[in-house]
Amino acid sequence: MDKVVADFRQRFPALSQQVYGKPLVYFDNAATSQRPDCVIALQEKMTAQACANVHRAVHRLALDATELYQQGREAAAAFIGAPADEVIFTSGTTAAINLVASCFTRRFLRKGDRILISEAEHHSNLVPWQLACEIYGTELLVAPVGEDGSLDMAAYRRLLEDGVKLVAIAHVTNVLGVENPLQGIIAAAHQAGAYVLVDGAQGIVHSRVDVASLDCDFYAFSGHKIYAPTGIGILYGRRSLLEEMPPYMGGGDMVDRVSFEKTTYGPLPLKFEAGTQNIAAAACFAPALKLAREVQDSPELQANLEATDRLLAQELSKVEGLHCPSLANPGRKGIFSFCIDGVHPSDAAEIMDKMGVAVRTGFMCAEPLIRKYSEHGMMRASLMPYNTPEEVDIFMDALRRAIKMLR
Amino acid sequence: MFDEWLDKYEYLIETGRQMPPIAEEAKTSDNLIQGCQSRVWLDCREEDGKLRFTADSDAVITKGIISLLIRVFDGQKPEDIVAADLSFIDRIGLRDNLSPTRANGLVAMITKIKAYALAFLQKEENEQ
Repeated sequence: MDKVVADFRQRFPALSQQVYGKPLVYFDNAATSQRPDCVIALQEKMTAQACANVHRAVHRLALDATELYQQGREAAAAFIGAPADEVIFTSGTTAAINLVASCFTRRFLRKGDRILISEAEHHSNLVPWQLACEIYGTELLVAPVGEDGSLDMAAYRRLLEDGVKLVAIAHVTNVLGVENPLQGIIAAAHQAGAYVLVDGAQGIVHSRVDVASLDCDFYAFSGHKIYAPTGIGILYGRRSLLEEMPPYMGGGDMVDRVSFEKTTYGPLPLKFEAGTQNIAAAACFAPALKLAREVQDSPELQANLEATDRLLAQELSKVEGLHCPSLANPGRKGIFSFCIDGVHPSDAAEIMDKMGVAVRTGFMCAEPLIRKYSEHGMMRASLMPYNTPEEVDIFMDALRRAIKMLR
Repeated sequence: MFDEWLDKYEYLIETGRQMPPIAEEAKTSDNLIQGCQSRVWLDCREEDGKLRFTADSDAVITKGIISLLIRVFDGQKPEDIVAADLSFIDRIGLRDNLSPTRANGLVAMITKIKAYALAFLQKEENEQ
């Protein structure tokens, strides 16, 4: 193993543990990534020393907490090329999309307007729109994806002409791991007079994001998929839209003046941040995204990820009766979902768990897509730059053994 | 350590495979057990005052687990099933050896078996 890769792995305490007496092989990164030492240290500091509420008090602890919290916001904003006041803290991608589905729809869409998603969306970028349609009388359209998970661009362009006012689409899809061609998707949407929300839960991990050059109207992502803790996420929104949208929740910190007769709201981003946020987790964006940037800039770690991905693709293609729809898709990013003839994915995953291998199975919060491929769900292996070809060998050994037992 | 696991799973898989099949028409949504990761159907019929269980699942390990329960409960009287002391499940270590999701599934299976028994008892009471 390359020294850079070995040193990088050392920074993640969870990776060196054993489960059932076997070294852990963690291939469930698309669900949650493991946390590095710098994030764990800051979380502990926020708990042990800087445990105070932000923005309110003038005492030392509150000032420290506020500063670290603000550094988290600035780090998140810089990571995606956005101004800090257009970056709203939410509890995660799901909350960010729900905020837009509620507040944007209420202000900008009318009864009969269409919202366009793709067939490969996570439930978090599907169900909020169904809820909005029930409330506001808008209609949901679904653009199909091909067998290998690529968006059908011709169908997408046709559907856009059908009264679509908002496109909500994944940057990288969570099951098949396919990166959507955002530039073309966004340009076509804007030309048709539609706004665009990007679900970046997976995309933030596998792609460099610059919301200014993407020209998207909203970009949502979670901390826990990119080295930060759970319970924190980001909604980037275009200032002109955020200013026009009504607040999502009412409460402390989101107001300007309050009286029983009339309340005015605070400036961006506070207008959308009612109540006490997950302060410690928000602060952790600073070390987490600093590390994520170093990873993106490291030739060794990128080469390791590519080598690991390539080996896994090669090995999976050799397994008889294994179907991985996006295996050969050039837009696939570190994610492999597959079904195996004659083997229920949850049976295989349970046996593999006992060999120290962590994967995800089931419908992966994308039931309509997965039902196209299997009524039993699929198995997903998803990589981060700390995974290695050596781990692929262990994974494949476990997979083959499980198949042998179950067939 | 894995060999022990391997043996247990091989036993469950074998047991699951040997379980008599369920009638296709018994795979109804009423017979589906909620709370399992894979689909599990449990059907129950009365024969001379005793309850007969058959089951099926997409997943063979799940089939193995439910077939163990069927061995215990099949052919018992409904009142005995309702009154059954289930501490044997902990005593034989079945719960400890299952993942938490599997353990939840096991609880759901037992709840369904007991619910069938209770429903038969209530039906009998109403008929009397």
